[in-house]
Amino acid sequence: MWLLPPARVVSAAKAMINLPFTLLVEKRTEEVPRWLPAATSVGSVVLAFVVSGIVLAAIGANPLQVYGFFARATFGSWAAFSDTLVKATPLILVGLACSVAFKMKLWNIGAEGQFYIGAFFASLVVLVPLLPTDSSPWLMIPAMMAMGMLGGALWGFLPGLLKARFQVNEIITTLMLNYVAVLWNNFWIFDRWSDAGFQMTPTFGRNSWLPRLSDYAREYPLFSGLTLHLGVFFGLFAAAAVWWILQRSRWGYEIRLIGDNPQAARYAGVSIARNVIWVMMLSGALAGLAGMAEISGVVHRLQERISPGYGFTGIIVAWLAKLHPLGVILVSILFGALIVASREVQPSGIAQMIQGFVLFAVISSDVLLRYKIRLVRAAPQPAGPPGEFA
Amino acid sequence: MPGKTQTAPSPAGFPNANPIYVRNRTMSDSPYAVEMHDIVIKFPGVLANDRVDFTLKRGEIHALLGENGAGKSTLMNVLAGLYKPNSGTLRVNGNVVTFNSPRDAIAQGIGMVHQHFMLVPTQTVTENILLGLPEPRFFLNLPRFERKIQELQSQFGLTVDPKAKIWQISVGEQQRVEILKTLYRGANVLIFDEPTAVLAPQEIHDLIGTMRALVAQGKSIVFISHKLHEVEAVADRITVLRKGRVTAGGLPMTGRTRRELAQLMVGRDVVFEVAKEATPPGEAVLKLQQLKATSNKGTPALRGLSLEICAGEIVGIAGVAGNGQSELAECITGLRPCDSGQVTVAGTQLTNQPPLAAILAGVSHIPEDRTRVGSAPNLTITDNIIMKCYRQEPIGNGITIDEPSATKFANELKERYDILAPGVQTLVRKLSGGNLQKVILAREITANPRVIVAVQPTRGLDVGAVEAIQQHLLQQRKAGTAILLISEELEELIALSDRIAVIFDGQVMGVVGAHEFNLHEIGLMMTGTRLETLRTPHGRKV
Repeated sequence: MWLLPPARVVSAAKAMINLPFTLLVEKRTEEVPRWLPAATSVGSVVLAFVVSGIVLAAIGANPLQVYGFFARATFGSWAAFSDTLVKATPLILVGLACSVAFKMKLWNIGAEGQFYIGAFFASLVVLVPLLPTDSSPWLMIPAMMAMGMLGGALWGFLPGLLKARFQVNEIITTLMLNYVAVLWNNFWIFDRWSDAGFQMTPTFGRNSWLPRLSDYAREYPLFSGLTLHLGVFFGLFAAAAVWWILQRSRWGYEIRLIGDNPQAARYAGVSIARNVIWVMMLSGALAGLAGMAEISGVVHRLQERISPGYGFTGIIVAWLAKLHPLGVILVSILFGALIVASREVQPSGIAQMIQGFVLFAVISSDVLLRYKIRLVRAAPQPAGPPGEFA
Repeated sequence: MPGKTQTAPSPAGFPNANPIYVRNRTMSDSPYAVEMHDIVIKFPGVLANDRVDFTLKRGEIHALLGENGAGKSTLMNVLAGLYKPNSGTLRVNGNVVTFNSPRDAIAQGIGMVHQHFMLVPTQTVTENILLGLPEPRFFLNLPRFERKIQELQSQFGLTVDPKAKIWQISVGEQQRVEILKTLYRGANVLIFDEPTAVLAPQEIHDLIGTMRALVAQGKSIVFISHKLHEVEAVADRITVLRKGRVTAGGLPMTGRTRRELAQLMVGRDVVFEVAKEATPPGEAVLKLQQLKATSNKGTPALRGLSLEICAGEIVGIAGVAGNGQSELAECITGLRPCDSGQVTVAGTQLTNQPPLAAILAGVSHIPEDRTRVGSAPNLTITDNIIMKCYRQEPIGNGITIDEPSATKFANELKERYDILAPGVQTLVRKLSGGNLQKVILAREITANPRVIVAVQPTRGLDVGAVEAIQQHLLQQRKAGTAILLISEELEELIALSDRIAVIFDGQVMGVVGAHEFNLHEIGLMMTGTRLETLRTPHGRKV
């Protein structure tokens, strides 16, 4: 977007192909209307589907049929929608984790690692075990949540401390700690907790499972077969909490102030070092909670590849949502649907392609927020190249 | 200004032509280098230039005067090829021209010396001058170009080491590089956009000398400014803009009074004499003892500075920029660590305490850099106004921020301090310099400070805003606040201060009271002579 050619270049390019109109690109001087950011995001998602449709048509598929199939597989029934939400749950939490940090211009690329460590810490409750194996779920689950958030927060604390004390670049440290976290988990599941030589721990007891809708199928037959678990409410509640923190709390004011101008924040007496540590810990805790929700709500044990890159997708989710918590929920549901859809169609890359197009379209739609593009009727061209006497 | 009568070193005997990059030198008989006629520029919601006429004679310095937002820079951006006017004609040397880009303007010999320098800090002077030119093509034969640049330097008396890197040279020298850049590209018309805003008094002198040398050799200059004394010192003719319209077109400078010019600019009478009531100063509030601090470059900035300021007193700090003024303000407000010495405010020890300690001790700070330090540009006026008081009731209650009372507070201040903006939800980056400064001032004064550290509070503001801000400072003085006023405008210091301390190389050269202000003495102290040396009969040290 910063490489956008100025108006005159566009019209010069137009002169070569001689269209009866010309595109005028003008920098916005007035405030952007409030609805516009949301409208461009929706518009670019639509555009991404149109472009993907063209690609699908080119390889001989009927795009409408494919999309119809997608829609049925992701939103077509309660069961399908429940699957979509299950995939959206970790994305919401991880997307929020990234949003909080990015709001302060703190580039936490380590949500993936914080996710794994969160899962590991939550597993400790069951596997060590920290609590008696026959504890009530009312004790077990809060303990796992607390441990998951503690683990994620610890994994955020380390880069936060290094950044605050020694100005170590958090992009590098958080990225590297991802690998440490994955390998740390591998050590335990390959060696110490391996279930009969497989790279996974034994299944956890039912008292550590997050309740699912299907658990209540006896009372409500409608819920039969629905995999949606309590974790989705963690996501929704966390979104509300993050919104409140950023928009209404004193801490959030400090975060926004530092994010916009750290020098002004320092001048206003805000401690940047302390906020770096706290925000990294909050970010890590949210990602850690996502890890806990995934093992306790879906896989019910600690194993390899519990995350198909949720931590990295979370970065994209946060960005597409423009760091807004409500946006994070919506984008996560869209991305969750794409994950579900990729299981339903062959080749599975189709869904990833759409994801890619969405990313391109949304990021480039930022141009519309900074520039106004108008179509105007072409004026008669002055003779000679520009710059000569007219 | 002291010594504004100093004349330029005029290197006589040099041919009146620029040997490098001679292009389009279609000299006509027109006595005008530039004629702009009926120029109209519309921005969304604003008529920035409303049928403006402007002419520039060959070999003259034409000052373009006006308040902030009067349309001066817009008009000159048309001449520099940055904006295309909605209507109007532009002639250069008598020929009608249209510019589609700055390149076209340069081809016609028009160059702009921007207020904010467009230089690459890590490259040398020569490299910066050559940047973007078709030559050298591939091999960078720097010595050859360095010689060319040195020729240009000696022709116009613009000395700066061509091999020095930009970050190593002073602001004044950087500006000379900008001037050399335009000259190297063959400029005959130079537009200076508020060139003195960033300069120290001595550098302003040098610049005025340079401008005289340039016109002596046939260059023509447009000088955009709102500082009346500089315009007086340098301009041959003036054009005054107000709200996009010409209120005085091409008047000869001789015989104009400052009051007359200010009236043309502002549209009403401006009081130059600041009425200052005599108030007896109270107890010493701010005490600085043997303060030592290091600059960002790692060089000693303050070298044992001591000063006391009493309640209800304004102490001005005079000095050439870069003699420790910024560091002094930062040490008091906790933004910079002190190497040794002591800062106390009303008995509270503030040495090497965090900025919050200074805020809580009642130190307000009007920072030098309004956009980078004093405000958060993408936050609203409300968010910026509560920056110092969001911790206290009624705005901050415990862990939340009370939106309604924050908005109410912001609206009150917007009213009281006459901040012009559509609403308190406006982002502060949309505000003009004067209104932004009023936001900062409103915030700092309503904190009920014991001490105000005001650094360049009126720099770059128009006459109306300057007046308002000076009045607010005087009101604070009356209310018993101790004010440290750091300014490069000696006139302002003399008008407002009860005492002036002159700073040189991180030390106080001497403190003079209001009854004995003497420009000559202050000038000598600014260049490093101690007051006690000055006042001994034969200049010997006591």
